[in-house]
This record gives sequence, structure tokens and C-alpha cells, in this order.
Amino acid sequence: MAKKLLSGNEAIALGAYESDCSVATGYPGTPSTEILENISKRYGDKIYCEWSPNEKVAFEAAVGASTTGARALTTMKLVGLNVAADPLMTLSYTGVAGGFIAVVADDPGMNSSQDEQDTRLFAHFAKVPVLEPADSQEAKEFVKVGFEISEQFGTPVILRTTTTVSHSRGVVEEGTALELNRPHSFKKDPQRFVPIPAFARGMRVRLEDRVERLSKAASVSSLNRVEWNENGDRKVGIVTSSATYQYVKEVFPEANVLKLGWCYPFPDDLLLEFAKTVRTVVVIEELEDFVEQHMKALGIATIGKRLGNENLVPKYGPLDVDVLLEVRKKLSANPATSKAFSAPVAETKRELPALPTLPNRPPVLCPGCPHRGLFYALGKFDVVVAGDIGCYSLGVAPPLNCMDTILCMGGGITVAHGIDVAKNDRPVVGVMGDSTFFHSGMTGLMDIVYNKGKATIVVLDNRITAMTGHQDNPGTGKTIMGEETFAASISDIAKAMGMKNVVTVNPRKLDETSAALKTAIESDEAWLIVAKEPCPLAYRKKADHEVFVDQEKCKKCGACLKLGCPAIERDENKVVTINESLCASCDLCKQVCKFGALSSRDANSSQGGLV
Amino acid sequence: MSAKETTNVVFVGVGGQGILLASAIVATAALESGYDVKTNEIHGMAQRGGSVLAQVRYGKKVYSPLVPKGTATAIASLERTEAIRYVDYLAPDGLAVISDQVIVPVTVSSGAAKYPELDESGLREIFPKLVYVPAVERATELGNVRAANVILLGALSTKLDLTDEAWQDAIKKRVKPAFVDLNLKAFYLGRDLAQNA
Repeated sequence: MAKKLLSGNEAIALGAYESDCSVATGYPGTPSTEILENISKRYGDKIYCEWSPNEKVAFEAAVGASTTGARALTTMKLVGLNVAADPLMTLSYTGVAGGFIAVVADDPGMNSSQDEQDTRLFAHFAKVPVLEPADSQEAKEFVKVGFEISEQFGTPVILRTTTTVSHSRGVVEEGTALELNRPHSFKKDPQRFVPIPAFARGMRVRLEDRVERLSKAASVSSLNRVEWNENGDRKVGIVTSSATYQYVKEVFPEANVLKLGWCYPFPDDLLLEFAKTVRTVVVIEELEDFVEQHMKALGIATIGKRLGNENLVPKYGPLDVDVLLEVRKKLSANPATSKAFSAPVAETKRELPALPTLPNRPPVLCPGCPHRGLFYALGKFDVVVAGDIGCYSLGVAPPLNCMDTILCMGGGITVAHGIDVAKNDRPVVGVMGDSTFFHSGMTGLMDIVYNKGKATIVVLDNRITAMTGHQDNPGTGKTIMGEETFAASISDIAKAMGMKNVVTVNPRKLDETSAALKTAIESDEAWLIVAKEPCPLAYRKKADHEVFVDQEKCKKCGACLKLGCPAIERDENKVVTINESLCASCDLCKQVCKFGALSSRDANSSQGGLV
Repeated sequence: MSAKETTNVVFVGVGGQGILLASAIVATAALESGYDVKTNEIHGMAQRGGSVLAQVRYGKKVYSPLVPKGTATAIASLERTEAIRYVDYLAPDGLAVISDQVIVPVTVSSGAAKYPELDESGLREIFPKLVYVPAVERATELGNVRAANVILLGALSTKLDLTDEAWQDAIKKRVKPAFVDLNLKAFYLGRDLAQNA
């Protein structure tokens, strides 16, 4: 079989294919997005794929598929599971027919997330198995085993990755694709699928029994393995999982390792047996002390997040070899553990000269981004801005400084409504994107209409789900498979909900945008402004002109720099120039210059613009 | 420790410069040569003009996909000063291949921060083993400014124990057919620059 270099996400897609998965759904979210993108791109002819409007919808659609006996998989990032928590909790009661896997990608270090929640706790809460692959090969294999566990026990399964597992590539051996040739036929069985209280009570009892059986199965599963060291020394045993296993193997090469790929329902028999065999048990896990706390509850003395009075393994942030080298250093220095752990072999460090201070390079709104115009215009008003999750979160950064709160997907509208009904001393504007509006903005807007709120809401409709890498959504008129479909109109939806004041503006036209904002903010009624202009990265078009600075007219006032556009550069003599290789010819800077110093000329064939 | 038996390569730059292609070529060449390979790359928010990092590790058996500090055999930077941000990745005898291209971050153009004044000799104090490459100029001469990444890769390749054949195969596998010749030229141009440095 061929060996390929695949990311964890690509490997999960391959695993879905090799397991004869029939239905795959999801909502984009870093670091999970490429799973469904790869399933649709590579195996879309065999597996039905869809981007759903949100994770709850995606999860439930996959549940429906599973009730027919089909294998189904749904993908999301960590916070997506919060949205899908409702179906998860009850699905655990009803159980599944065809194999069901929810792939949830955690983000230790919060590279692209607003929190750092550990999905293993959710698995515990819902009483469903959680599998944790440590590399791409395991990511693929665990999908296969996950479907088997799901069907054998009739339980949903969570496959938990992390940013490192999802976005690292490793060698993966391709396998043979399974062909189940299973009829997809829903069998009527209310006692199983209808959790009215009379039936749900029975399900509740069976659930406890299932957790117990799963615990026994986890103890003997090949997903959990002990790697004994070869010299027979049983001084130290390390319990670990996920990518952390890889770092443990490098930093503690002599240790006996219990590598957990299936950590919940806790494999009690295995944990007890391992602890009995080794003298000192150290639990090294990323984020929460999930396994450690349970081992303590089993009466096993462990070292983990704490070593005596000092912190040992960090509770937050990603782990890596360097972090574990520090852990080892502490273990070797502490009298309680110094006999078991020698100091790590120190890397020979090079003496560095004094380094210059580097300017920060934060992510910024791209040149030509339509959000810039809206934020620039909005910045002129004395308002509170309730924001949301997407590229436009970057509007918080200077020089735009135009976002005062972010809570979650949908919060742009609902938090704004709350600020409004509390009669805040300044007006409020809620801001969210198009994909976010379909995800969880519509119910909030309904709330404003229903309860006669007065907030101004702006939907930044850039015609794509941009931040996660340009996925289609219900407003784009295309499915994940590239098929044409109905393009939902945000303003039509708002009007149908009873929103009276709906206006569409082009955020690249500052006068038009400012005028609409002024009307809405000063009004004593709610307004919806749809700021509609396609993302220039998703819908590239050749610019018909290029923008330059007429140095004779430029007064070096710096007004154009307040746009925070990466294409506008100023040197130490305050001379402003346009970086042609970056400029998207959006003309915002021309509109903010009072001296007419920013001008256009014909695009010279290959140089200018984002082409 | 296996870090010692592993070859570690780090690519840095600014989102959109093509560091992912460069790292994919190294990974493919190593895989074709029979090594275990792991890579890691940054996605998401960092792509919006942020500082980006791609890492490749290969050897008999590779565990961590992330390069430990102080162990990188070589670091390639597509931007003049970005390598400094990641200087602690480099092994004491590690090679730095740095493009002279400056990409001014918004923090500098808005006046909030200063871009460090640093020429080749300043960089050489930080990176004693340095190949400083006018990569954009050379790539433009070759006919496509986007080949700057592969010029740097060619320079970096002088420090890696992979065969010519493996590199050529990897470039053919990773680059669209129409651009293979261009990228092969860019690769060998970078190699010559490093060997003559």
C-alpha cells in the first residue's frame, strides 16, 4: 500500500473513506476545517458532504443519517461542540444505529480560538467514548476503530484532535476501503429513538451499563498500549495521550509509557495494573488534568500538574519538547523524584548577541478588505460595538480600534440587544459576518424584532466564510461540492422576520456607509445594515487601475494611515507610498485624503493589484 | 535522544510568501529518500499578514512534529528580519538562509513600531553561518517573483543530506507541470549562491 504524507485532517478524511462513511457534515472552524474540505474534494463522489449553517445542524443531520444505519461523521472545532452540545447529550441516551463520529478539534494555545476548552471533559459529561490520535496514521486508524466502537456499543464517539495533530503531517499508509453494502433503512423503534420520559428513564439506566462495558473494552483495546522499556527498569511510568505522547518519547526515552488513545470511559483496569507495576506514576497531559484526577480518584498516587508545592505540567497552552524538558528538569531537581529522573541532556546553547527589537506582525485585515471601510466609518461614531467571530474580529486592533466585545458566534447581535435594553448611555452597534448570521445570528435578529429593540446591526456580507479559508455558506449560492444552489438573501430574511429598516450599502464607499450608520444610530428603531462587498481573496478580480501617492499634493498628515491598510507605507521622513504588490485598488485611501494626494492611473499590465 | 538523530528545518516568513510549498518539497524529498517525516504548519489567523512558521523533521524515526529549540539544522527566512524572531530554534552550527526582502508590518507603517535597521553584516552577527540572498531580484530575473521561495530552498539544501535526484523528484511532485522548469532553475540558482557564498 502506498505511503503518503498527510496532515491529521487529511488522514481523518481518508479514514472516513476507508470506513465506508456515507454522510459527512460540518461547519468550518480552525483547526478542523480541512477534514470536510478533503472528504468533499477527494471522496465526494462516494460520501455525501455538506457545510451546514452551524455545528448543531451538522451534528443533527449526521445523527439522522446514522438512524438509517449509515455511517456518519460530523466535524467542528472545540467551541462548535458547545453549539452542538444539545443533540450530543441526548444522542448519548438514544444511541446510534450506523456508526457515528463527531470529530472535534481542540486548540491548545488558542491559535485561532477564543477559549481553550478540553473536549475530553465534554465526552465525560455526555458519557461517550473519546479517542485521541497522536499522529496522522493514528488519526486515520482511529476513525475506523471509532466506527467499530460506535456500532458495537451503539454509542456516539468523539474523535478529539488538537491543532498539532490536525495540522502536522506524517507518513500514512493507505489501506483497503471497506465496502459495507448496507441497506440504509430506518427501523421504527420508539423505545430506542424517542426519549420521552417514560423511555428516557430506561435509556438512562442502560447508559450507565454501557459506560461500564466501554471502560472494560477500553482497558483491553489496542488504542491503549503500554510501551515497557527494554531494560526492565520499572521505576517510572508515564501516562500520556495525543501529541503529548510524541514529546514524552523524546524527553523521557527510558520511561515506561502508558499511551492512551481511548481515555474515556476511563480504562480503570489498565490504569490500576500499570500503576501497580511501576514505582512512580507521572501523568503528562495537555490542558486539563483529566486522566490524572481520575487516577487519584482510583487511589493511585500520581504526579502531574503539581509536584509537591510547585507547578509541574502546565494546565494551559500547548505542550512541546521544550516544555517537557522543563518538566524533566523540575523532576530531577526535586528531592522526591530526583532518584527516578536524571537531568535532561542540555542542548549546547549558542551565545547570542543583543537582538534588535522586532516589530510585531499581528494578523491584519487584508488590503482591499471590505470590512476596513465599515470599521473606518463606524469609528467616527461614539457607540459601543458588539462584535463577533470572524475576520472582522481583527477590527479590534489599532488603528481601527473598533470592537468592544466578542462573546461567541451570534453574540454580535444578541449582546448588542442586551446593551440596548439595559438603556446604555451610548448607542450600540452589533457587527457580524454573513456566515455567522446564518450560523446563529438569525434568532438574535428575531429577538430584536419581537421585543422591539433599537440596536443597529451591521452584517458584513463578504459573500464567503473567509477566516477559515473561504468556504461556501447558505448565502453564496454554492454547496461544498461546487453545485449551484439557492443564495439566501440576508435582507430578505430580515424583512421576512419583520425587520422594518433594512438597507444595503457598499462598505468600500465611505459616504454611503457613514450616511446609513448615521441614520440607523440616530434612529429610535432597530436597523439592519447589510454591508455587502465580496472578499477580494475569495473573488479575485484584476484591478482596472492602480493607486499612487502624488507626492506634490501629500501633506504628510497621516490620515490614510488610520485605515490600517498593509499596502500604505510610511518611511521615517513621513513620506507615504503605496506598495503596489499589496494594493488591491479598493480606493478607500482616496476617499479619506482631503488633499487629493491619492490618485489613480491605469493598471500597468502585470504589476498592480491583487490579481 | 532522537532530536540528535533528526534533521530539523524551519521556514519562516509572512503569510502568502510560499513557505508551505518550500517545506512540502523538503518533506517530499525526505520521504522519497526513505526517511520518517513529520511537518507542522500554521493555519488560520496567522495567514492574514501575520508571521508564519513551517517546520520539517526527518530521520529514522521522528516523534514530535515540532522542532525543539536549539536543534534546527537550517532556517530559511523569506523576509529579512523574521528569522530573528525564531533564532532560538537554530542549532549552534545551524545555517541561516535569509532573503533580503523587507515586508513592512502594519505596526511599522502606522508609526507604532520601527523596522530594525539591519544589513547583511548585522544579520551575520546573529547568524554566523549565513547565506544572504537577493531572492526577489533573482526570481524576477528568472521570470517569476514567486520562485523566491525555491531559490532559498536551493541554498538551504546544501546543508541537508538528500540526493539531487530526491530534490528533483520532489519539485516535480509538488509543483504544477508548467512551473517545474522554472523551479528547478530557481533551486539550482539558490544552491550555487550558497556554495559560492
